[in-house]
Amino acid sequence: MGETTVNVTVNGRSCEAVVEARLTLADFLRETCHLTGTHLGCEHGVCGACTVLVDGAAVRSCLMFAVQAGGTEVTTIEGIAAPDGELSTVQAAFRDCHGLQCGYCTPGFIVSVTAFLEDNPSPTDQEIREALSGNLCRCTGYQGILNAVHQVTGAARGEEPA
Amino acid sequence: MKPAPFEYHAPTTIADAAGLLADLGDGAKVLAGGQSLIPMLALRLAVFDHLVDVGRIAELHGIERRGDALWVGAGTTEAAVGASVEVASSVPLLAKATPFVGHFQIRNRGTLGGSIAHADPAAEYPAVALALDASMDVVSSRGSRTIAARDFFDGLWSTSMETDELLAGVSFPIWGGRCGFAVEEFARRYGDFALAGVAVAIELDGDDRVRRSALGLIGMGSTPERAVTTEAQLAGQPVTEVDAEEVGRSAVAGLEAVPSDLHGSADYRRQLGAAMVARAWRTASAEARHG
Repeated sequence: MGETTVNVTVNGRSCEAVVEARLTLADFLRETCHLTGTHLGCEHGVCGACTVLVDGAAVRSCLMFAVQAGGTEVTTIEGIAAPDGELSTVQAAFRDCHGLQCGYCTPGFIVSVTAFLEDNPSPTDQEIREALSGNLCRCTGYQGILNAVHQVTGAARGEEPA
Repeated sequence: MKPAPFEYHAPTTIADAAGLLADLGDGAKVLAGGQSLIPMLALRLAVFDHLVDVGRIAELHGIERRGDALWVGAGTTEAAVGASVEVASSVPLLAKATPFVGHFQIRNRGTLGGSIAHADPAAEYPAVALALDASMDVVSSRGSRTIAARDFFDGLWSTSMETDELLAGVSFPIWGGRCGFAVEEFARRYGDFALAGVAVAIELDGDDRVRRSALGLIGMGSTPERAVTTEAQLAGQPVTEVDAEEVGRSAVAGLEAVPSDLHGSADYRRQLGAAMVARAWRTASAEARHG
């Protein structure tokens, strides 16, 4: 019941498959495209671990069916670093500032923060806190994550890392 | 945590969508942004044989001035509403409510029409639509009709639309003159559903008297609520003599179905609601007086 051919460009590569309509984009990325960097925490839109970019906008991939993503360009955590493996500035800042511990939520945070700073390169502290409110982390207490975002925005303004 | 199987339909015109809804009957549900529906499907709180995805219908998108109202296509994302200069200048209450709708990742997918048709009493857009006397453009294969916001929300997650009808757009009246607008909410975490909140609009005459006001209460009943008795009492009052705390107490006084759950008792929410109304009233009346 309900099988459809879907074609999604994932991290620059075309990914085509016949899928059930009920398959979420998150499961499509993990199980069909074998890109397991996208993590599933809650599977109902609360935790943000599964955040990916769809046509450049950060969305929860558990709240979208793969068939809805047909024809779009999706960027997952695997597409954030440079092709040679060099970390993006956001990824490097998370490492520098201990913005992760167990790492389960990290792909969602990295993708969300990457999209947020693209739209708003010099946010206030309050704007950063609001932007982070859609992702849950149970290890860090968020301070390292906040520091990481501040490191990126400070570097963008030419400041020394704290 | 996986939805039950369903048949997927992706019409590209309103007419095709209406045709599908007419043919498929009760077993079909409209899928807009999916930010409320997909969690319900994942948790199997809802099961449908058919989903009609309206996300590929271009006619449902757009924001445009139509006479003395601003029309917003039902498929317009909350992010697009929040980014719209036209919304910010013509319907400031809608713009001010938008940052409270979920988180930014949710607003990138969620749509204005989806939020209003879902009719969650704790959601912002239904309360704004009710406060501003918005009108809903509804289409089916039988024709189209317009439903006033006060006739639209008829129960918890329930509207007066028939199952074969599709919400195509919402017209928000534009308030001119000396106006002020404010939205206040209390939630346990920013972006979560509010325990209590309010959307307030005020228009003053040249002598600082309240010409009209609108108080749309969020999360205070089984539907969005309008504090009509309080609004009637405020009409004609000099705004400098209005006690904001009293407006708050009055606005929640007549509520009969204030929710009560582990996050807060009905009494607590009532007090919180009164405080939110007072806060929003002060902000909106100051904006109306001083611009």
